[in-house]
Amino acid sequence: MADDALVRLSGLSKRFVKGQETITIFDRLDLAIPAGDFVAVMGPSGSGKTTLLNLLGGIDRADEGEIQIAGQRIDQLAESELARFRAAHVGFIFQFYNLMPMLTAAQNVELPLLLTKLGRQQRKSHVATALEVVNLGDRAKHYPREMSGGQQQRVAIARAIVSDPQLLLCDEPTGDLDRATADEILATLQTLNRELGKTIVMVTHDPAAAKFARRTLHLDKGRFVDAADLAA
Amino acid sequence: MNDFLLIFKNLFRKKLRAILMIVSILIAFAIFGVLAGFERAFNAGQDLAAADRLVTVNKINFTQPLPIAYYNRIQSIEGVADVTHANWFGGYYQDPKNFTVVLAIEPASYLKIFASEFEVAPDQADAFVRERTGALVGETLAAKWGWKVGDRIPIASSIFSQKNGSSTWDFTITGILKAAKPQIDTNFMLFQYAYFDETRSFGKDTIGWLILRTTSAALNDQVADRIDQMFANSSYETATDTEKAFNKAFVAQLGNIALIVLLVVGAAFVTILMIVGNTMVMSVRERTREIGVMKTLGFPGGRILRLVLGESILLALLGGLPGLGIAWLIAMAMRESLANFVPGIAITPEIAGAALLLMLALGLITGLVPALNAMRLKIADALGRS
Repeated sequence: MADDALVRLSGLSKRFVKGQETITIFDRLDLAIPAGDFVAVMGPSGSGKTTLLNLLGGIDRADEGEIQIAGQRIDQLAESELARFRAAHVGFIFQFYNLMPMLTAAQNVELPLLLTKLGRQQRKSHVATALEVVNLGDRAKHYPREMSGGQQQRVAIARAIVSDPQLLLCDEPTGDLDRATADEILATLQTLNRELGKTIVMVTHDPAAAKFARRTLHLDKGRFVDAADLAA
Repeated sequence: MNDFLLIFKNLFRKKLRAILMIVSILIAFAIFGVLAGFERAFNAGQDLAAADRLVTVNKINFTQPLPIAYYNRIQSIEGVADVTHANWFGGYYQDPKNFTVVLAIEPASYLKIFASEFEVAPDQADAFVRERTGALVGETLAAKWGWKVGDRIPIASSIFSQKNGSSTWDFTITGILKAAKPQIDTNFMLFQYAYFDETRSFGKDTIGWLILRTTSAALNDQVADRIDQMFANSSYETATDTEKAFNKAFVAQLGNIALIVLLVVGAAFVTILMIVGNTMVMSVRERTREIGVMKTLGFPGGRILRLVLGESILLALLGGLPGLGIAWLIAMAMRESLANFVPGIAITPEIAGAALLLMLALGLITGLVPALNAMRLKIADALGRS
């Protein structure tokens, strides 16, 4: 495993109990993602992709194993500490954007900054910068209903990066978009990775989307496998 | 942006629903304010009653008379500092619908006992004692009819008549009586018992009730027992009690106002509680995914709880404060027309304070369940729910 890993999973196990049946999602999974990497995670439905993102983001708990992010064991943190950890270190991008419909683009982007000690003017400045990064500076006062799907996803990206987290977790970020718009979003993520050094873990079903990543991990039945094995 | 703007935007994300809830809360608080104003006005006499004042009435009923001789006999009882008496006149001005509180009293002793409640200019008080047909008019009543000192006014009685067959007495206003405290009502008139007793066609040498002041409030029970024992087994047995109890019994004739207010307001609030509570639960449930997203961004459970509770409290305040304002307007509008029956109806600071506490309680109760649900919501469950 690389020593400079931003994300490190060791012996990670996760099981769900459904009625009398216990479903094993991961069984002693190991993974290391160096800082500055852009990893696409692919795999069939039910292979544990989203569960992996949830565990990395501290919004679900593993049954066994360690999850270390930026040198911190997040599997040992209490709920309130996890909330602070997410606010400081992780940005989330969802398939369906998940913007607040009653807030403008700028207000949506400002939301994570309400958890910081930044003053009003500083927050305003951060929001403007984040919207500029995703080329939506002129849409600050627009509501989500007034924007296209691609624009909404770019607002979601601005929201994810506004507090300058090291790690971006993207769950099917282009799953709801047409090809051209999807490519724009992926190019934006690529820029964030290459120019701002953000470490990105992106779950996707789309091989074309995975090509924007530096590398692709294939997940099947709770294990990382070679692409050739998956095809077979 | 700040938490308040977030709360406000959440509350008004469905404008029609928010407005309907606000209106329903507004109506409930308008009802509360008006009824509480009524209740307070009805019971004002109890609150203003002096601790060392007793009232002696006929044991059968306070509408039955007592002999005037009791006035002198009570004065001699140990523990009695001052005594006066009064008689209900049943007066009206010009038309029976202009009902007016008019009492036939013994001037010097009455003004002495109520010296801490009412203020009269010394020369006007002297003139009232001297002038047999003189009348002291409360400033509210004087203002209502535009009366001033020196005016000659005819007041009719719906109970008594004069020996000459007329039911109207003429009075000369010798003074205007002012309240020493703002909550004391001055919508009444006093005139000399001597003039009344001399001219009336029946009931001579009888009085309505006696008011006495004891040398110490601690002696109230002893003095009351002595008075009632003195007149036991006579044709006119007495019942003596504190002024507060007397006023309370007087109001009780009209019904238990406090209970009526409690039942009406209680019914309104239970209904509102269910409507608003149910709507808040639905409203927060609709936002399950958004709450999950906020938690994902790092909003801790406690802050989510405060945001939802803030929303329900803001809702209660947005409905309750204008509702209280409307109650104040209604009370002001009714103050004049109901002055004879329920004088001093008003939204007092105590009522406003109680209403504010009710608003906060309504907000907390209706918001508590959805707020706790939101706080405990697991992110993975919230994001998985469409």
